Amino acid sequence: MSGLLQVDNLVAGHGLLQAVREVSLSVTEGEVLALVGANGAGKSTLLRTISGAHPAARGIIRLDGLDITDLPPHRRVARGLVLVPEGRKLFPEMTVEENLLVAGRRARPGQWNVDAVLNAFPMLKPLRRKRAANLSGGEQQATSIGRALMTNPRVLLIDEVSLGLAPVAVDAVYESLQTLTRNGATLVIVEQDLQRALSVANRVVCMLEGRIVLESATAAVTREQVTEAYFGLARINNSSANPNQALLKRK
Amino acid sequence: MNWINAIVQGVFLGGLYALFACGLSLMFGVMRIINLAHGDLAVIGAFGVWVVATQAHLSPFIALLPVLPVMLLLGYLLHRTVLARSLRSGPLTPLLTTFGVSIVIQNALLQIFSPDVHSLGSLTGSISTSSWRVTSELSVPYLGVLILAVAVLLLGSLQFTLQYTGFGREMRATAQDPEAAALVGVPASSVYARATAIAVATAALAGAFLAIHSTFDPSSGPTQLIFAFEAVVIGGLGSLWGTLLGGIVLGIAQTIGATVDPQYSILTGHLVFLVILASPRGRFVANRSAAA
Repeated sequence: MSGLLQVDNLVAGHGLLQAVREVSLSVTEGEVLALVGANGAGKSTLLRTISGAHPAARGIIRLDGLDITDLPPHRRVARGLVLVPEGRKLFPEMTVEENLLVAGRRARPGQWNVDAVLNAFPMLKPLRRKRAANLSGGEQQATSIGRALMTNPRVLLIDEVSLGLAPVAVDAVYESLQTLTRNGATLVIVEQDLQRALSVANRVVCMLEGRIVLESATAAVTREQVTEAYFGLARINNSSANPNQALLKRK
Repeated sequence: MNWINAIVQGVFLGGLYALFACGLSLMFGVMRIINLAHGDLAVIGAFGVWVVATQAHLSPFIALLPVLPVMLLLGYLLHRTVLARSLRSGPLTPLLTTFGVSIVIQNALLQIFSPDVHSLGSLTGSISTSSWRVTSELSVPYLGVLILAVAVLLLGSLQFTLQYTGFGREMRATAQDPEAAALVGVPASSVYARATAIAVATAALAGAFLAIHSTFDPSSGPTQLIFAFEAVVIGGLGSLWGTLLGGIVLGIAQTIGATVDPQYSILTGHLVFLVILASPRGRFVANRSAAA
């Protein structure tokens, strides 16, 4: 079975540190995949490498069967793969509308335009002419997701959906994501809040130290199982390759 | 009346400096590149117009028309071949690269055209010498008005492009965050190359007007670069209308200095520049970080 987005044995690192180690992943059309894991597990590096913002050391990334591993980020966007980066990364001196228009200029043909985005994120309607630097965290996240949608992506990667947002803002952002998923959008989200991740996703992938340690349909997995994989508890008993093992045992 | 005349002439001279400065300002604003070859590219433009005008017996204003597209292409290629590579190796490399380009251009022009001083003024007919005589001591030169009008028009249309067109928004987005721009599908290298093309073409336009206004030779570039640089800094880096204001402030400073004593002209301009650099506004300019 090959998905819309197919990642095979991907390796990426920062200098000598391997942040992503031999990760293989497949995302099918219309699926919502939640990527969870502790800080430093390699989730952000994985998404950044898939989107082309970070170079892949080894491995292959395919979008709809075509190898995109060596394409620069803007060419991947043109093929329908777009990342909402961690920290939103809006253009601070531009208005909400201008942020959307920049992304829309070279967009693939599709349903998204400024009005469609404003309808999907009603909270942005009154902020249309406001500078992005003056928005709250939630408004920035909504703008950033809207900006990515303007390119009419086939796969939308969202890094740290709710990091640094007020609970009310998180609710609003997730409400908008629900609208997207109801319409059959393909999403990969990184989310620290396990409850949220499990409620919105069809499938959950848990990373630990650069590797995938758990992959399951959300319906077939309990919160406890994910938590165990999240902290690497299962491996303490049966793995000897874990460098933290000795340390943990001593405690 | 002498002072009023000095200020009026300074405003017109400022138009020329603003014309020189806007390409420099654009390249710094979009790419954080300080193009030390800007003045020499302007001189290439001046020689280009001179060659076309003398060979084809055309007015320099008509000779500009074929030269500008060639300069656009030259700017595009300059970025694709030289500047894009320099940008990848840190913020200091483009400065050294453009310094090298400047030397190459000056020596190439010296080889081809000899160190002779040229002017296009004689080819333009009466426009470069005539003026409206307002009073016995105040006259308004046709050419000054023309240059100022071209500068305002050019800066205005650049500002309009940046503000309201898709390409302008891409330039601003890339200037603010090149990585985020790439992540929404904007290819930074192509935006940069087109910005350089526009900057080089405006430099050529400025060079042609310098050649009509006074004289030029293969080594005229660096002096014009310094004036352009001063205009950009006085007006605030990266701001186009500020650049016009900066050019005018510099022009007025020079003509007032010249009114006191002709040898103080350039010196007064430099002093005004230094005073502004030392003021609180200057500290703001100097502290702006270069991120690209």
